[in-house]
Amino acid sequence: MANPVTAAAKATPEPVAQKIRGLSDRTIAWIFVAPTIFLLLAVNIFPLIWTIRLSFTNYRVNRPNNDVEWVGLRNYERILNDPDIWSTMQATAHFLIWTIVLQVLIGFTLAYLINKKFKGNDLWTTIIVFPMMLSPAVVGNFWTFLYQPQIGLFNYVVAFFTGADPSSFSMIGDVNLAPWAIVIADTWMWTPFVMLICLAGLRSIPDSIYEAAECDRASKWRQFWTITIPMALPFLMLAVLFRGIENFKMFDLVVQLTGGGPGNITTLTSIDLKREAFEKWRTGYSSAYAVILFVTVFGLAAIYVKALNKVKER
Amino acid sequence: MSFSVTEPTNRTKWFAGIAVVLYAVITIIPLLWIIATGFKSPEDAIAYPPKVVFEPSVEGYVNLFTSRTRVNEDAMAELPPAETWYEELVREKGQTISGPSRYGERFLNSVIIGFGSTILCMVLGTAAAYAFSRFRVPLKDDLLFFILSTRMMPPIAVAIPIFLMFRNLGLNDTHLGMILLYTAVNLSLSVWLLKGFIDEIPVEYEEAALIDGYTRFQAFYKVVLPQAATGIASTAIFCLIFAWNEYAFAVLLTSGTAQTAPPFIPTIIGVGGKDWPAVAAGATIFLVPVMVFTILLRKHLLRGITFGAVRK
Amino acid sequence: MKTKLTCSAAAAALLATGSVAQAADLTLCWAAWDPANALVELSKDFEAQSGHNMNFEFVPWPNFADRMLNELNSGGQLCDLMIGDSQWIGGSAENGHYVKMNDFFDANGIDMGDFLPATVTGYAEWPKNTPNYWALPAYADVVGWTYRKDWFERPEIQAEFKEKYGRDLGVPATLGELKDIAEFFQGREIDGKTVYGAAIYTERGSEGITMGVTNALYGYGFEFNNPENPYEMEGFVNSAEAVAGLEFYKALYDVGTPPGSSNWYMGENIDAYKSGQVALQMNFAFIWPGVEADPNVGGGKSGYFANPAGPAGQFAQLGGQGISVVSYSENQDAALEYIKWFAQPEIQQRWWDMGGASAMRAVVEAPGFADSQPYAQTFLDSMAIVKDFWAEPAFAELLLSMQERIHNYVIAGDGTAQEALDGLVKDWTETFEDEGKL
Repeated sequence: MANPVTAAAKATPEPVAQKIRGLSDRTIAWIFVAPTIFLLLAVNIFPLIWTIRLSFTNYRVNRPNNDVEWVGLRNYERILNDPDIWSTMQATAHFLIWTIVLQVLIGFTLAYLINKKFKGNDLWTTIIVFPMMLSPAVVGNFWTFLYQPQIGLFNYVVAFFTGADPSSFSMIGDVNLAPWAIVIADTWMWTPFVMLICLAGLRSIPDSIYEAAECDRASKWRQFWTITIPMALPFLMLAVLFRGIENFKMFDLVVQLTGGGPGNITTLTSIDLKREAFEKWRTGYSSAYAVILFVTVFGLAAIYVKALNKVKER
Repeated sequence: MSFSVTEPTNRTKWFAGIAVVLYAVITIIPLLWIIATGFKSPEDAIAYPPKVVFEPSVEGYVNLFTSRTRVNEDAMAELPPAETWYEELVREKGQTISGPSRYGERFLNSVIIGFGSTILCMVLGTAAAYAFSRFRVPLKDDLLFFILSTRMMPPIAVAIPIFLMFRNLGLNDTHLGMILLYTAVNLSLSVWLLKGFIDEIPVEYEEAALIDGYTRFQAFYKVVLPQAATGIASTAIFCLIFAWNEYAFAVLLTSGTAQTAPPFIPTIIGVGGKDWPAVAAGATIFLVPVMVFTILLRKHLLRGITFGAVRK
Repeated sequence: MKTKLTCSAAAAALLATGSVAQAADLTLCWAAWDPANALVELSKDFEAQSGHNMNFEFVPWPNFADRMLNELNSGGQLCDLMIGDSQWIGGSAENGHYVKMNDFFDANGIDMGDFLPATVTGYAEWPKNTPNYWALPAYADVVGWTYRKDWFERPEIQAEFKEKYGRDLGVPATLGELKDIAEFFQGREIDGKTVYGAAIYTERGSEGITMGVTNALYGYGFEFNNPENPYEMEGFVNSAEAVAGLEFYKALYDVGTPPGSSNWYMGENIDAYKSGQVALQMNFAFIWPGVEADPNVGGGKSGYFANPAGPAGQFAQLGGQGISVVSYSENQDAALEYIKWFAQPEIQQRWWDMGGASAMRAVVEAPGFADSQPYAQTFLDSMAIVKDFWAEPAFAELLLSMQERIHNYVIAGDGTAQEALDGLVKDWTETFEDEGKL
């Protein structure tokens, strides 16, 4: 394909050719990257800086006529001394830990079983994956319906297997059960995610390692603990990282499912923050709250990623 | 096929198969229950105890797309005869149709915002990913980490300043605002994924093209893009699914004009109480596109949901 | 049909004498619920007469306050007319969101004396009990009770109740009797199904449990503040009487409500009642036309009664809204025209006929009104005993504190009633201090 530009380029010395051929690689690189960086700066970084600024003020969106004052670190003091914030942190931790434990256990088991390559495993894997493709808000909303003791399905299914009276317990009304109600719904939705990652991990283990172990007459049990688990560990840790970040941010599913109740039992930090920021409109205060959350999530993620890299290097 | 020590025995396969099928059946029940509720009458949907066997009805779907008013018998008698089958169905319940519901609009908003942001995200993401993959970009690793970290922020926390910024720019409750926002949120995913896909395309192809006299731009769109097409398509679908299902930003930043379906569906109410069949019908229709994508995407699922960290 | 013709003619005559205005596109904002659909039908008459075009923006209850207050706070022009909740009136008046109506009312002969006094105070006045009007009472609503008359009338149930409590089973005269009835039905077998006592408001996320618990608190002697000294709350909010009222509500929740009713508001209560789970239902009066029309529980199977008296008197929580003109609207004249049209007795009568709860005395005090519907008398009785939550500009924060404190005690069983109300005084004091009112 010979067009005039190409022909000219071939006849001219290199630097000139570079110009005629178009922009330099460096310029192209910038043209290609700049829009992305710009958009991220505009929608992520600029607002973040704004949040930090607001966190030192008493600004309130719903009082446009009030003067905005600098209050220094008062917002931060108020938040860190508020026992309610610690209780939302506890609720978040309970949710985070148990969803991860259950999803890893069930997800890994499923992946392990699917990896036995029985007939039709593709079809069943696809079916198992469906729940995680739904909108979490819609899932949360519908689970309130499933959890209704009189008209919902959940209690009747449990009753069918245990013989208990379906109306004898209430998943979202009982203080002791509500934290588990959100764990169950989230586990239902996101176990497939962990399963998929584990499956990738298991499939990445070369058969030859097992063959070698078999020659050494290592038992299946020993093979599982000395080969399967260590080799799949980086994948498991990755799954934990992604679920951890997602569930630290959790809002939609839980707010629809319990509204944070009963009392404050399932009020996760995001739900609490939403109340402060968009219902009480304490903008300055909730900006400080948001900053504390950023720091927490980045801090935890950074530590975790370091650990993950160590495992990978091993 | 030769005998392999790693091939599971038939008994193991049977056991694994039964366990997995059992889990699949249990896990699919809530989903089937949603779909079934969409075909119940409002009375059957809240039946006490719940009905597993019921007479199918399309009332939920009719109610989903219409808004209705209750009329008393005298006024009903004066109305002209119903023109359509759905009008007839509504009249049987002592109501008349007063107009279409908002569901159509909300669904359309989801389509506009979902596809708009996906297209924009693909254009920006492919370009950036190409640059990161092929050129020496200063501070490349830092920039990549920065792009990834934007995804860690809780949406509610970021929403405060975005809300203020959008309000000042007049972007609150607009399609453009939501498209830009979702594009920004999705860029991290698409840059990471696409960089992985482009890394896999041998540089030699482009070098050959450059030697043939192609410019960088030409090499990019005539050689790299076609090679990366599958990767771009699967990345696009992941961006679409995120924008499709997103709730937190949508509920805070949209209301009358640009509201998408997820914040709308849970709030559907009927005449006199919550209309569960209509909610279920709305959820089912909303689910269909994503379900189709899931089936199409089977092979790329893993890579997409892990930011390309896991390659299959 | 006849009423329609006469009122259309009246509206035509009224508007013909007015100045010929440009046809405007008006948007009316309200909650998405039954009455709103009826208003759409009713407004067709206004469109036909005025030539203006009406649009409607209806937001579901759980998001209604959030979204509309956000709209007002940002000076949005989405709504020309706002049927805003009664508690918004303080903030909307003080922040200039609503147009003051006094001059308009005077000029058009609209007299607030023509409306039920409780609705004028509740929906239109700010500051309360002063003749400063920011809205026209649009929808009168109040919390009341629905009960399964068909169950109450069964001889075997009546006999058993009499044996147990020594009195006849009927409409309860006091809150204590109400609790007895709820407890009596709790877990009872009726037509092969286990049924429960009462569906009451327990919702956590928006305003549910507050709108429910106040029906007990008021009757026991709870006051929002010292009637003599505004914002003095110590000893009023957390008085011994108020504590007893709160304990009553928790007792009712513990012994007489369906399992799982821990996050219920209007919709869930309706569902529970219609599906035959409960004998009693607490709910706003707006649901009554729907109950009457229901195939399962309507047509005479249900009865209605006003919130029963407590030791300190008989009170009920006010609901309902007034209609206001948004000051950021560019169509204020056309919007006022709508209010003028809406304030006509003929239109108000038709509003009631269509299921809208008119607050106009000419309608609700007309002879024959009380018999017009099975619930009409109960509606009148209830409207006579109403009290409302704070209507302060900071009402949203006051409400959130109350939701949290009450839900924590009643549903989650955390602490004592005294602690909950002491905590509420603390929260509210903090809010008023932030507001500079204390």
